Amino acid sequence: MTDAPHAHFRTTRRGLLLGLGASFAVGPARLAFGEAPGDRRLVVILLRGALDGLYVVQPYGDPALEGLRGRLKLPEPGQEDGLLDLGGKFGLHPGLGRLHGMFAANEAAVLHAVAGPYRSRSHFEAQDMLESGGEQRLASGWLNRALEALPRGGQGPDQARAGLAVGTSVPLLMRGPVPVGAYSPPGLERPAPELMYRLAALQDSDSTLGRAFAEGMRSRGFASQTLGMVENDRERSAFANLAGAAGRLMAEPGGPRVAAMELGGWDTHVQQMNRIMGPLRALDDGLGALKEGLGAEWARTAVLVVTEFGRTARVNGNMGTDHGTGGVAFLVGGAVAGGRVIADWPGLGEDKLFENRDLQPTQDLRAIAKGLLRDHLRLPEAAVGAAFPGSNAVTVLRGLIRA
Amino acid sequence: MSIMGHIAAIRFGLGLRHGDAPPADPLAWLRAQIDHPGAPPEGPSLAEALALRGDDFAARRPRDPVGDPQQTRRALAQLIRAETLGHVRRRLTGEQPFRERLVDFWMNHFTVSRRSGSLTPLIGSYERGAIRPHVTGRFADMAVAVARHPAMLIYLDNAGSIGPSSANGRRSRRGLNENLAREMLELHTMSPAGGYTQGDVQELAKILTGWSFASGGEPYDFQFRAASHEPGDKHLLGRRFGPGEAEGEKAIRFLAEHPATWRHLAVKLARHFVADSPPPEAVRALETVLRDSKGDLAATSHALIALPQAWDPPLSKFRPPIDYVIAAGRALGVPDAQASQLINGFNTLSQPLWRPEQPIGWPDIAADWAAPEALMRRVDWAYTFAGRAGRGVDAAEAVETALGPLARAETVTEMRRAGSMRDALTLLLGSPEFMHR
Repeated sequence: MTDAPHAHFRTTRRGLLLGLGASFAVGPARLAFGEAPGDRRLVVILLRGALDGLYVVQPYGDPALEGLRGRLKLPEPGQEDGLLDLGGKFGLHPGLGRLHGMFAANEAAVLHAVAGPYRSRSHFEAQDMLESGGEQRLASGWLNRALEALPRGGQGPDQARAGLAVGTSVPLLMRGPVPVGAYSPPGLERPAPELMYRLAALQDSDSTLGRAFAEGMRSRGFASQTLGMVENDRERSAFANLAGAAGRLMAEPGGPRVAAMELGGWDTHVQQMNRIMGPLRALDDGLGALKEGLGAEWARTAVLVVTEFGRTARVNGNMGTDHGTGGVAFLVGGAVAGGRVIADWPGLGEDKLFENRDLQPTQDLRAIAKGLLRDHLRLPEAAVGAAFPGSNAVTVLRGLIRA
Repeated sequence: MSIMGHIAAIRFGLGLRHGDAPPADPLAWLRAQIDHPGAPPEGPSLAEALALRGDDFAARRPRDPVGDPQQTRRALAQLIRAETLGHVRRRLTGEQPFRERLVDFWMNHFTVSRRSGSLTPLIGSYERGAIRPHVTGRFADMAVAVARHPAMLIYLDNAGSIGPSSANGRRSRRGLNENLAREMLELHTMSPAGGYTQGDVQELAKILTGWSFASGGEPYDFQFRAASHEPGDKHLLGRRFGPGEAEGEKAIRFLAEHPATWRHLAVKLARHFVADSPPPEAVRALETVLRDSKGDLAATSHALIALPQAWDPPLSKFRPPIDYVIAAGRALGVPDAQASQLINGFNTLSQPLWRPEQPIGWPDIAADWAAPEALMRRVDWAYTFAGRAGRGVDAAEAVETALGPLARAETVTEMRRAGSMRDALTLLLGSPEFMHR
């Protein structure tokens, strides 16, 4: 077979999936003194479609929120179905209960008003930039380039690739010179509810397929084409199963140390309150499953959850939000110095908004990622720079990781 | 003219391949595929396939086995794998997609199925030997070649059909098998509209007794077994046929050139290439050419591409799963080396290659394929496939190539608004226009 290295997803022997027994690429082995090399775990979860940071982490203490977000504002902490408090100014969406538990245990930090260096509101361009880590699109991802410098413990036939792409595709984030393993369960993946609604809308005008498609949606638990909220255990558990499996693989002594995952369905232009619930719960369950799968190794793990940009500060005409700029990121894991919201809050007043429409970003996502490479993976300065070329002016954010 | 180019490639071909331009002169492009067939595909000969199959039987028989059954299984599996991949690759990247569509149409008309497991190794040679040489030849020649091919003789049980009054019939308790005769009348030629009776089925079955093959030794091919052939005259649709192999061929040619056959073929062709309910004018035009040319399938194919109804309105046919998966592979530029991904897609979408359930072949209308859960699986597959095969494919380029002016504005808009490149490609593959041809 001459298939691409990542094309073998159905192989049942897990060793093969992880790249065991394949030709072994030995990166420059740098041993940091004082610690077993390469023991730390880093997971990056890409939320594709632009998570609405202002909705999921609401700055309920900001007086301008009501005016901008009235219809998408959730009750304040303590009220029925209210936000989960994050220390007095910000509140977390109640669908993220597990994440809130981790926050309370000082294992999760929330980073607000963050964005990459790009200001394009195109999903595709922004995702490419977010993943490649450059100021223009590069052919490889920053996480793959970081792998080049990752110190490894033993080497030999029982050692997996250091990097692992979890899911059907290998995201740009993980592509590049260093071979990575891939894990994906057999069978089909299902589009997120938001994408299903879009597909259904395309069928509407077509007489042959419209009714059959609508019927198929109904039998899968999509209550209505415009309003429905999806309560579907299978959707919800798919990401969690994947995350749990990734956690177990990474917990093994010879297992991968760095993994990338992706979760779509965040492009909530319409009926955001309902349609965000599926992905939100999947994310929350997934973080829980990842922690469980990692077991004791959770203590040495950091999970970065990022999205390509935030969404408009104002609600649009369809009870949704459109493409914006500043948004939110999460940093989760036993190694994380959590229990806090890290934000240089710009405020939501009209004169404070970016281009009078979006949350003004005050923190460069690259500063966060560089902080993780430096303080968590303990990569040397040069390697951090190679992961994010052209980012010398972006100061590494310190203190994200417990000393 | 560019819309005609897209229609030609989609309606008569297998969809455009990522990066390819639509044919500049669509009619010339189609005509050339009728008049100038490319080199025939290579593959194991019928004799080789039969010998391999015979070896496997010998190795696995309970009494006095000869040879290593694991080795013969492996050899068979390799042959089938190579045939399957070759089939997919010709459709994924081949130069004559219209010709492949014609091959697929006639393969389905003269269905054989892997559900009769022992014929599986012969399917490639059946296509190469009985179908492909005749898709722009004479229909009656194809009908005869099909009836002589061991794959069909196995599939419709004629190989063991024995005339009750033949030497073998008198010696054994075995007898006539009507299966091939019935399907030849009902499916391959005149159809029930031809008005044959049960008596005609039996008479044709008798005519075809002795049509068998030799797999344990020479000729490793069709073999007329005189000792199993029913002696005496038979009467089929009021005509007398004498005994012997040549009379069988005469009977098949008689059926293949029957007026009811022209009608039956015209309806099927129009249904396949034009619309589920074929326009009567289209059927009439094809029927006329078939009759006037005595079943010249090149002339018929020329008439087919000249049908105004085949060009307007476009996209009136729902792509069945195999052709949908092939079109998706072409739209995303999947290379030959990854053809196995597509084979998995056929299975996932419930149209496993060469495995139709009945001798009537795969259904050819949307109502049979566009069921609610089937559509859900189709978009699941599209999403999964976009993740696996869509890497590096630009969605805007993909829609321009695959659909060009046939893409609806709302599809293009939704794709542009999609939350990721993968979602955009899923919207392309899941759009109603991509699901049609």
